[in-house]
Amino acid sequence: MASIDVLYFAWLRERIDAPRERIETEAGTVADLMAELVARSDRHAAAFADPAAVRVALDQQLADFAAPIAGVAEIAFFPPMTGG
Amino acid sequence: MQMTVPLFAEGELPRYARHIALREIGGPGQARLKRTSVLVVGAGGLGAPVLMYLAAAGVGRITVVDDDSVSLSNLQRQVIHSQDRLDMPKAVSARIAMAGINPFVAVTALEARLDAGNATQLVAGQDLVIDATDNLPARHLLNAACVAARVPLLSGAISQWEGQVTLYDPARDAPCLACLFPVIPAEGLAPDCASAGVMGALPGIIGAMMAAEAIKLITGAGRSLRGRLLMQDVLWGESREIAVHRRKDCPVCRGIKGEDA
Repeated sequence: MASIDVLYFAWLRERIDAPRERIETEAGTVADLMAELVARSDRHAAAFADPAAVRVALDQQLADFAAPIAGVAEIAFFPPMTGG
Repeated sequence: MQMTVPLFAEGELPRYARHIALREIGGPGQARLKRTSVLVVGAGGLGAPVLMYLAAAGVGRITVVDDDSVSLSNLQRQVIHSQDRLDMPKAVSARIAMAGINPFVAVTALEARLDAGNATQLVAGQDLVIDATDNLPARHLLNAACVAARVPLLSGAISQWEGQVTLYDPARDAPCLACLFPVIPAEGLAPDCASAGVMGALPGIIGAMMAAEAIKLITGAGRSLRGRLLMQDVLWGESREIAVHRRKDCPVCRGIKGEDA
């Protein structure tokens, strides 16, 4: 089991109602982890309901959903913000 | 005999004393600010501090574009406007405020909406474009025009309690907006300020960061946000800097040859 800090920004943070959480996971990729998160609660499911516009950073480096997460300490999910 | 027009007007220079005192700006940096043309799209929450600080900093020519008028619900955060300018076009109200701060700045106020017909013309000849708009279609339109003109695009965006700032610049090896966020979120996912709310000081924080990045970029001070996306969560005190890069298959900027910044 790996322990990973997961950070949420903008509408993801609002739907999950927390800016971060520590997750114990055996997920191999970002996409695997997202599937685990969706199964965690209705709030998580709502946050990831339409992930097309969501981007991910692994240890503060932009990545994609197919990227492996072995050895990663922090995963941040963030969408584009729009307001001005 | 050829006359040289002085860069600064008589009595202008003392107002920049605190910038000139900075080793990273100094007299040469202040002269660069004076010779610079900046386009600011949007005179709302983010545009307010951007326009006020860039006017105060002595940026030579500032063009502000906005087709909206000042309404009461703007005044909780759009501090460039005021009670006595309600219903006035925001571009005009912003020009009045900037002239009040620094009469030596040449401000062009355009009561217009950025669209496919005027984007190219607005961006042409600008040294820097600043995206302070409030919707993604306008942001992508402005991005495409800046990519084509090879003009750096300093972009800020906010949502409720959070903000993002970065410098899009594919001509100098940083991503463009479409590299970073190729997909526009489905309707309702990213609520606008009117329906979701926005904390009043937030655009002040993010907009002032944008103004600082603009001043750094123009004067060459420090390290810019080229290739770095800054995210700031004011509600929970989280902030992150994400390293971002160009996408080879980006439909908007793949034809742009990058150079070292």
